[in-house]
Amino acid sequence: MEQVTLNTADLKSQEYFLNMGPQHPATHGVLRLILTLDGEVVKNIEPDLGYIHRSIEKQCEYEGYKQIIHLTDRMDYLSAHINNEAVALAIEQALEIEVPERVKVIRTIMGELTRIASHLLWWGVMGMDVGALTTFMYAFRDREMINDIMEETCGARLTMSYSTPGGVMFDLHPNFQKRVKEFIPHLRKVIPKYDELLTGNVIFQKRMKGVGYLSKEDAISLGASGPVARGSGVHSDIRKIKPYSALDKVDFKEIIYTEGDNLARYKVRMDEMLESLNIIEQLIDNIPDDGIQAKTKALIKLPKGEFLQRVETARGDLGVYIVSDGKKNPYRVKFRSPGFSNLNALIEMGKGHLIADLVAIMSTLDFVVPDIDR
Amino acid sequence: MSYIGDIIGGIKTLLNGMKVTGAYFFPNIINRKYVITRQYPDEPAIVFERFKGEVVMWHNENNEHRCTGCQACEIACPNGSIEIIWDRVLNPETGKKVKQIDQHIYHLGMCTMCNLCIQACPTNAIMWSTNFHNSTYDRSQLTKVLNRPGSKLMAGVEE
Ligand code: SF4
Ligand code: SF4
Repeated sequence: MEQVTLNTADLKSQEYFLNMGPQHPATHGVLRLILTLDGEVVKNIEPDLGYIHRSIEKQCEYEGYKQIIHLTDRMDYLSAHINNEAVALAIEQALEIEVPERVKVIRTIMGELTRIASHLLWWGVMGMDVGALTTFMYAFRDREMINDIMEETCGARLTMSYSTPGGVMFDLHPNFQKRVKEFIPHLRKVIPKYDELLTGNVIFQKRMKGVGYLSKEDAISLGASGPVARGSGVHSDIRKIKPYSALDKVDFKEIIYTEGDNLARYKVRMDEMLESLNIIEQLIDNIPDDGIQAKTKALIKLPKGEFLQRVETARGDLGVYIVSDGKKNPYRVKFRSPGFSNLNALIEMGKGHLIADLVAIMSTLDFVVPDIDR
Repeated sequence: MSYIGDIIGGIKTLLNGMKVTGAYFFPNIINRKYVITRQYPDEPAIVFERFKGEVVMWHNENNEHRCTGCQACEIACPNGSIEIIWDRVLNPETGKKVKQIDQHIYHLGMCTMCNLCIQACPTNAIMWSTNFHNSTYDRSQLTKVLNRPGSKLMAGVEE
């Protein structure tokens, strides 16, 4: 009988492709990554978009200026309020109207609450992605308090459509201040618990430290923004660079870490939650009382021209660019979404890591796929 | 050596984490004070008064509504969720033809709860209801006629 011998020198290793997504739980949505792998090591990442494209920018061209706002809820649904605010601010800038102080303060408080809610959700899901299932329960327990605050005042938990050009939809609910004041000490109390539960954990630290390095130069040249850029030491907080609404009146720190790895991005978000609480605390006690709506026409027409408004959402720098030709609907609307440019950074970060690490890196980027894929 | 040290460190921090979950779990089995999960069909859901569930039209006890058929809500709606079917009828008292709604059709399945129609309505004819039990087996059931059969315009409400 012939003996079959296996000569290991004849075995060749070769690169192969793997589809991660579009229905992969760790991509948090319908994002497809085409991975080039060598064994388990990621050689190249090619994101493939379009699975949740709803052509929001094109739809905006057929809508009046008031009606655009509800579409922006559906982009980055975790920062819905901040998206609404961005469009409202852009329209106000074009119309050159000054909104009441009360509106500015309300928008800022709501924006920071949204940011905390978004970061809480991220924290829960981040834990899940690296294998700590409890974090999700804790984060959702505390996020529920913000959702309740939102529901009580805006009538919806996520897609609020609360800002309108010139003001806000409803006045604050009488319970608003009380509820926010209950929430602030509660979150201050639980964040150290979060740290104890997850941040200090050795297994977690090993997954995070030194993984997914993004240098400052790369962060700038790839257009990364938000916590991703600030984790690499880039001064990029629009709230500091170009304060909008009531943010010029409050005193807060921009959180910057210079390590550029997963842990740095994690810490930026954790610290940002506390900083957002600081902002809310400074504003909550003296909300001015001068109306919730500036005078606007029922049918808004913008003057001819181009208008740009940048805001800092929970994910980074959102730019709203409106080109108007003087009609009742815009000629062109462009959203510069933070998720899209942060996705470029993923390609840089993921190379050379294992697939399991790629999942951890992706969760520190905090993707919301409808935001990438408008 | 550092391998064993890592294992010990891992166990230590794990126990640390268990302390947090334990401190939440054990007191709560005894008195369910901080339990926030609601057993929904058995316990009622908490819905806030402003919750935007669906658009409804307000009717008084004489089956009268306040909708003049001005179509402001239809124009304000960003996605065509509202259709007004209207007609001009002769008002016997003044001898003038006035607008009157036949059907105020509302497609709940398309509505994005943006509040623009309610803001636009000059006579406050429509408002939010907090009802969220809207699941059906067929989406055609989500198209509703808001004005009740046989209802008419409340006296004194004008465009
Ligand atoms: S809430 Fe908005 S989407 Fe719904 S019917 Fe009214 S205007 Fe249309
Ligand atoms: S519901 Fe209000 S806005 Fe709509 S047609 Fe009737 S009166 Fe006009």
